Amino acid sequence: MDWVRVWEKPKSLTDKMLHYCPGCTHGIIHKIVAEVMDELEIREKTIGVAPVGCAVLAYNYFNCDMQQAAHGRAPAVATGIKRVHPDKVVFTYQGDGDLASIGAAEIVHAAARGEKITTIFVNNSIYGMTGGQMSPTSLVGQVTTTSPFGRDENHAGSPIKISEMLATIQGAAFVERVSVHNVPHIMKAKKAIKKAFKLQLEGKGFGIVEVLSTCPTNWGITPVEGLKWLEENMIPYFPLGNLRDPEKEAK
Amino acid sequence: MAKKLMKGNEALGEAAIQAGCRYFFGYPITPQNEIPSYLSRKLPEVGGVYLQAESEVAAINMVYGAAGAGARVLTSSSSPGISLKTEGISYIAGAQLPCVIVNIVRGGPGLGGIQPAQSDYFQATKGGGHGDYRLVVLTPSTVQELVDLTMEAFEIADQYRTPVMILGDGIMGQMMEPVEFNPPKKRELPEKTWATTGCEGREPNVTNSLHMAAEDLENHNLNLLAKYKEIAQNETKYESYETGDADIVLVAYGTTARICKTAIAELRKEGLKVGLIRPITVWPYPDKAFEEVMDTAKEFVCIEMSTGQMVEDVRLAVNGRKPVHFYGRTGGVIPSPQEVADKIREIAGGVK
Ligand SMILES: Cc1ncc(C[n+]2csc(CCOP(=O)(O)OP(=O)(O)O)c2C)c(N)n1
Ligand code: SF4
Repeated sequence: MDWVRVWEKPKSLTDKMLHYCPGCTHGIIHKIVAEVMDELEIREKTIGVAPVGCAVLAYNYFNCDMQQAAHGRAPAVATGIKRVHPDKVVFTYQGDGDLASIGAAEIVHAAARGEKITTIFVNNSIYGMTGGQMSPTSLVGQVTTTSPFGRDENHAGSPIKISEMLATIQGAAFVERVSVHNVPHIMKAKKAIKKAFKLQLEGKGFGIVEVLSTCPTNWGITPVEGLKWLEENMIPYFPLGNLRDPEKEAK
Repeated sequence: MAKKLMKGNEALGEAAIQAGCRYFFGYPITPQNEIPSYLSRKLPEVGGVYLQAESEVAAINMVYGAAGAGARVLTSSSSPGISLKTEGISYIAGAQLPCVIVNIVRGGPGLGGIQPAQSDYFQATKGGGHGDYRLVVLTPSTVQELVDLTMEAFEIADQYRTPVMILGDGIMGQMMEPVEFNPPKKRELPEKTWATTGCEGREPNVTNSLHMAAEDLENHNLNLLAKYKEIAQNETKYESYETGDADIVLVAYGTTARICKTAIAELRKEGLKVGLIRPITVWPYPDKAFEEVMDTAKEFVCIEMSTGQMVEDVRLAVNGRKPVHFYGRTGGVIPSPQEVADKIREIAGGVK
């Protein structure tokens, strides 16, 4: 019998073993970004920017040129790269602490400039790497190490809807929120990420895909419960769907 | 090439372009605004990019990206802005990326004022940002030197893969003087094989300042140290002015050094033997200049536009062998040649 190859690891991923916790969806998101790079055949012309956060070591996993950035500054670093190499594909990979908190100004202004980069925004509603502190996207009532009584809106404000906010910015060409809590949604997430990269190749402007992601470790639940928690708690507050798409807007 | 009358800040911008710099990222702050203004007009003419960032924090990180991508890149600011840039500077030093950073210093701390000062000396030479790193810090004292050192700065940055700072002050930036643009002696610069340009036909490149294992980071820091030693050996610059017979040796850099030279002319007419050591690199510090005069000099006087910062390096260089005095004005007040001369006369009264 001849073997038929039905799956292989994307060429845009290295052979290094991922360090992410069991049940963490960072790994799935890495994989779909890498598959998209393979499918678009852009690995050799892509320069990625790794964040500070659990994905800090992304430069070990993506098999393309990478720059490691300071906390929150990835969009600025990507801007510098893209201005030097306008013909290359530049992406940032950022968590919610990185993008929505310390780096809020950088992402807003990269979008405002219509910077021709693609941002993969991994929103797990918590600071994973530093041990589960409250993030700007932690839900009201969510217990974290720094909101031990649950996030209180009157004290800590309400969770920022980054996609909705960026969608109001003229330069943000593509904005979509997706999730990776089950296979159909993983496939949708991949489609959105592919589209965002494609639009960059077409020179359309800034693109961001917000990916709802899990952090079972710091949520203090099992991986399976984590997927359920995401679906039941995050999606109602962070509704999935496309908010900006140049194709839709052209109609 | 004919000399051209130019304002310091604009001359600096032109020097950067002539040195092959094609990227500038910055954020407005007085008194260096003519640098971005000049470059926003001129860089597009040569196919370069001027981009006004949303903050100094973003600007220096754009510099990080562009430098990592292999470009010659410049940013400029003034004191409060440089404070914000120190985060990025530390990362750039850690990732060993070449770039040039200009600080046209104004008085501080805090919002301070907009008049010229030399009160960022500690910040420039003793770190500023976190971690075991050094900046090469060049201190021009004429507009011509501002031009020459700016061009040289790009060469030093590329040769050693290190950020280089031009430390000027409001006077250097605003003053007009005739200048000519002569490219510096060509160095043999290593190819930027480490740059992130897309990995076609090679293994991927990574720019990074993260070293999780303590031993790895220690190794990295020791490698940086070895590089800094090499820089100190090859790149230390200073001027010794009328020090041959000097009993009293003034020490000053930048604008203050010019004021000292005027005071020296006056004092020499009175028969006082006064000279000047003018560090051109304040890191690496020119200790050698002090050794050259140690047998003849009786006293050292450090003159600064600060409450006393470089004087600590003077004390280290002199190392207790001779008395070290200090005279400084601060907050943006510029010392006059007369008051410097008066201070020297006072000290000379006690010199045996
Ligand atoms: C300037 C600075 N402040 C704080 C930190 C510490 N820090 C590291 S990761 C992190 C939070 C990251 O959270 P997020 O971006 O949500 O990513 P996750 O780990 O959840 O994937 C923080 C605060 C840092 N490295 N640098
Ligand atoms: S701490 Fe959370 S986000 Fe980080 S790897 Fe573990 S599960 Fe994933």
